[in-house]
Amino acid sequence: MIGLLQNLIDALSLGSIYALTALGIGLLFGILRLINFAHGDFITIGAYALIVPSADVTARMLIGDFNIALMLPAIALIVIVAALLTDALVFRPLRRSSPPTLMIGSFAVSYIIQNAVLMMYGSRPKAINLWSDANTQVIIGDLRVPMLQVITLVVTLALMAGLSVFLKKSRYGVQMRAAAEDFRMAQYLGVRGNFVIGLAFAISGILASAVALLYVTQSGSLSHTMGVPLALFAFVAVVIGGMGSLVGAVVGGFLVGFIVTMLQAYLPPDLRAFRDAFAFAFVILVLLVRPAGLVPARNTVERV
Amino acid sequence: MTMVATERAVTAGGASAAELRAEHLTVRFQGLAAISDVSLQVERHQVFGLIGPNGAGKTTLVNCLTGFQRPTEGRVLAGRTDTAGWSPTEFRRNGIARTFQAGRLFTDMTVVENAEVTGVSLGLSRRAARVQAMELLDWIGIADKADEHASILAYTDQRRLGIARALMLSPAFILLDEPAAGMSDAECEDLMVLVASIPTTFICGVLLIEHNMRVVMGISDRIHVLDGGRTLAEGTPGEIQRHEAVMAAYLGLEA
Repeated sequence: MIGLLQNLIDALSLGSIYALTALGIGLLFGILRLINFAHGDFITIGAYALIVPSADVTARMLIGDFNIALMLPAIALIVIVAALLTDALVFRPLRRSSPPTLMIGSFAVSYIIQNAVLMMYGSRPKAINLWSDANTQVIIGDLRVPMLQVITLVVTLALMAGLSVFLKKSRYGVQMRAAAEDFRMAQYLGVRGNFVIGLAFAISGILASAVALLYVTQSGSLSHTMGVPLALFAFVAVVIGGMGSLVGAVVGGFLVGFIVTMLQAYLPPDLRAFRDAFAFAFVILVLLVRPAGLVPARNTVERV
Repeated sequence: MTMVATERAVTAGGASAAELRAEHLTVRFQGLAAISDVSLQVERHQVFGLIGPNGAGKTTLVNCLTGFQRPTEGRVLAGRTDTAGWSPTEFRRNGIARTFQAGRLFTDMTVVENAEVTGVSLGLSRRAARVQAMELLDWIGIADKADEHASILAYTDQRRLGIARALMLSPAFILLDEPAAGMSDAECEDLMVLVASIPTTFICGVLLIEHNMRVVMGISDRIHVLDGGRTLAEGTPGEIQRHEAVMAAYLGLEA
């Protein structure tokens, strides 16, 4: 029983990371019909921004040593700038291209970012020590809950609530929702296309920077490909949840986190190495039953 | 019908062109003319009826007057300004609004948000946009459904919402493409009472495409008849009713 509870908490924590990542991917897909595989590399940028650029094995903190009130906005700003630059340099010229072309474009961005990180920081993974205090455990009865997992969940819920309020209540949120549903109609009614797309990139940058900090604190290491598996699982979460639905992206993220954690915990040891294969098999099952995802978006038409 | 909307909506701004004019418009699709050499002028104090059989080119003409279709020849003037090269959005920003036959509402948003989008994206604050949107919903009779999802609106209410959305920010002209299509006669007449009041209530000229002859004749100040993409006649409702070619086109009589 305790074991199961412990696993559930792990699942919630991992699911939070996937859900936040999936939100970033889902938001851009909603507005731009772009499946942004470079989103994982936005996370990588946020993580590497913590340290001094060098090829040394040990990471020396740069922004990571700032006061937290300065560090959070600094990291967020760097990732936002990276995301906006990506839009300006790559996706704006491809604005009228088909979704598959956009996706290939995002692969290119992904490789460019990874190799840029490789050039600046070297290829070896680096150990990094961010907020190690957060790894202390809170003991509730027989249950040991790492503080970090609680923080991860709280931050995730706070960001989701913030995004939800923004989309519902702010004048820009209304425009983004309109653009996500019918881009041409929204544009006709006065919504500025490039503006809402830029806004979506910026928000996905904020989400990516949050994931970067949570993930680095948890894993204690940096690598130039660290964002790739995150983006892959988050993409799977978006597909399971229903392309174009933000609620779906969150549900999918938590579900993928749950599946991966439970497989890790309960698969026979011999099979654990194949955990991801089982996870993706489950995904295929979900899609066989619900091809449009768990929370299908009403209209997933192509953009102009 | 309440008229509380009126004053505030009128003072909310909007464009000032006194008339919307088409001069010798021709649109050809791969050599086939959808409309040929059509000229007309809609004024801000008028309901201007545009009628004609299916395929006469009515929607193509409305598309030209709102930037959705570039004319092959001829030009569209907003007041004295040549609109050549304007995007649909520029037409909308300059106070020339339209509705669509297919509705094209945002079904994942609430009724009032559908109207608000136009307000906030053309510069109003969220609060000001909501106030104006609610006034318009009230005017058109669906204020009680403001917080419902647009997807569950009855078909007739969807058409009403389309009109309310187009009236946001006090346009100078509104082009209604068959706003009463699919409505019962009673619903149609209710709606047309409102449409007829738009020029005086909002100081906004109306171009109305409508199939119900009795309705068009009843509320239009002028009527323009298209047939096969060409102008068949233009005049007051009385003149049109006496026009032999028009009656022939409509009733299939030999002129």
